[in-house]
Amino acid sequence: MAGEIQPIVMPKWGLAMEEGVVTAWNVAAGATIAKGQEIADIETSKIANVFESPVSGTLRRLVAQPGETLPVGALLAVVADKSASDADLDAFIAKFSESFKEALAAKVTEKKPEPETVEIAGGRRMRYLKLGSADGPPVVFVHGFGGDLNNWLFNQEALAEHRTAYAIDLPGHGGSSKDVGVGDLASMTAALAAWLDALRIARAHLVGHSMGGAVSLQLAAAKPDMVASATLICPGGLGPGIAMDFINGFIEASRGKKLEPVLQMLVANPALVTRDMIEDVLKFKRIDGVDAALKKMRDALFPGGRQADALRDSLAKLKTPVQVIVGAKDRVIPATHARGLPGNVKVHVIENAGHMPHMEASSEVNRLIDEIAG
Amino acid sequence: MARKTVRQAINEALRQEMERDPRVILMGEDIAGGLGSPGEQDAWGGPLGVTKGLMPQFGRERVLDTPISESAFVGAAVGAAAMGLRPVAELMFVDFFGVCFDQIYNQAAKFKYMFGGKAVTPLTIRTMYGAGFRAASQHSQCLYPIFTHIPGLKVAIPSNAYEAKGLLTQSIRDDDPVIFFEHKAMYDEAVEVPDDPYTIPFGQANVSREGDDVTIITLGRMVNFCNQVADKLAKEKIGCTVVDLRTTSPLDTETILETASETGRVVVVDEAHPRCNMATDISALICQEAFDDLKAPIKMVTAPHCPVPFSPALEDIYIPGPPKIEAAVRAVMGHA
Repeated sequence: MAGEIQPIVMPKWGLAMEEGVVTAWNVAAGATIAKGQEIADIETSKIANVFESPVSGTLRRLVAQPGETLPVGALLAVVADKSASDADLDAFIAKFSESFKEALAAKVTEKKPEPETVEIAGGRRMRYLKLGSADGPPVVFVHGFGGDLNNWLFNQEALAEHRTAYAIDLPGHGGSSKDVGVGDLASMTAALAAWLDALRIARAHLVGHSMGGAVSLQLAAAKPDMVASATLICPGGLGPGIAMDFINGFIEASRGKKLEPVLQMLVANPALVTRDMIEDVLKFKRIDGVDAALKKMRDALFPGGRQADALRDSLAKLKTPVQVIVGAKDRVIPATHARGLPGNVKVHVIENAGHMPHMEASSEVNRLIDEIAG
Repeated sequence: MARKTVRQAINEALRQEMERDPRVILMGEDIAGGLGSPGEQDAWGGPLGVTKGLMPQFGRERVLDTPISESAFVGAAVGAAAMGLRPVAELMFVDFFGVCFDQIYNQAAKFKYMFGGKAVTPLTIRTMYGAGFRAASQHSQCLYPIFTHIPGLKVAIPSNAYEAKGLLTQSIRDDDPVIFFEHKAMYDEAVEVPDDPYTIPFGQANVSREGDDVTIITLGRMVNFCNQVADKLAKEKIGCTVVDLRTTSPLDTETILETASETGRVVVVDEAHPRCNMATDISALICQEAFDDLKAPIKMVTAPHCPVPFSPALEDIYIPGPPKIEAAVRAVMGHA
């Protein structure tokens, strides 16, 4: 629409985020920007990341000052074409600020979604977070080794706009029971299937990262009726390689100083790893049973320092739509595992990402998930 | 994750350890309340309600209301620990240690050493400390330096509810006697605390803020004060590292020396009296091991060498609060 003025607002990265700081603008007022372009650096208490523009157009005004702390949803910048006059922009900004103030006041009483738990077969507790509510198969996010449902803070809300989106904690992780059984891939896959049964989800779009990617692939192969599509992000199971210095470092580090370089192996840009992120991992590792669970999984998943499960051959037989997303700079599972996959698998290589493309290039990954989930 | 107060976090740690291990018992004055009287049982749950609800769940056999005789019940707790139980005794105010210290420093602390390493004494003594409660000089002291002085005792001093649950759980599971200090002005302070049991290892300090200019080393209630100062000064581009010691015995000398060397400007903040306290001990350590990295003399921020005043105005001045800490940071920054 000609003359349309579009706001760019403070994004919400995860449930806990209430405010953020634009630490730097990477574009100047007057610049032409494209959707997905990295236009600013934003920092919260939990995370620092680049902010990708949600819209395309001419950046007419930068409203947020670098260093200024602003609530989620606050106006950061305004995009509009030349037909909008300066007076139009001023009026737009004034009106936006007014209605935002009212929205903020209303939000105080709003109930925030909280993770829930459900008991699955065998009496184990599984924690999950449900966002959005729509008909059709939901999206289910499955994290990797040592992760939890919070790993999807850049993805779950975006995907929940038009569908139901769940993120789960696998056994041994997050708020789920720390009993991992024998700790192998099959036991994780069985837990995911049991969780889907417990929630009466007959069919889901699975999005699995790393170990969770292998879990998703194994479920798609074993129970194709349950899986509407599979998005495998830097998945395990496609080759033998695994960085054991990451796995062992993650298990052994009990101090922030030792854990920091280990977590930095996950990402192309080490600045993404904040003190709070390190602290959250340490807090997880201190929970009763976690150390034993991680070691059990390590021994079952990576005997002799290699991935035990070879799932590559199952790909060609899948009728389910499958895509693989890898980061070219992955230092945990080699990106080369995504080479030479059968023709029914769409492969997307993200150049500037490491092992966490869903965090490092979230809008691209969200777009791909949205596309395959239809 | 739910926010819990220090009071709730300690109660949860006690409850979960009692559920996990039948050898864990509680002893102390009015920790349930009502024993032997016809009225309400569990009326008190300790003087500030920390142990409330535990007696109804675990019974009087495991939650023991004791006579007002620290020398008797602390001694009984030491004996119970030596015989295989894992008692958690509540010394209502640490200021009362004078009547039961022999049982602690000359008995419990020595068993392992004197019986060839074969005896274990898994005793935890929870005790209240600190000024700011208008409780006068006999109920307000920070006496952890005295316990830290004794080899064979471990000393844990949590700085918030998360730390309290993890350090108390570790205290109860530890095979040595642990003195666990609870600041009476902090019971209602809340942070996010996991529902699951967890432990924080002893002897690992927590770096709660990171900055390049000044290292503030501190413990207990002072940690929050130092964090506030660090956050305030960060806006003026003065970067402070804040080290929360967590335990004074064992002491994390590695983190102390590393963070002191990184900035070369050190402020040690300790609510205890200034002679022979943690501030002097840590300053001496840094002077011996990291002297060449110092860019300014170390500043100590402590209470004055006088009993805690009863006058509210004087007590407020007595406490080494944020303004004094901020002034010390500015002073080490100003040193050429």
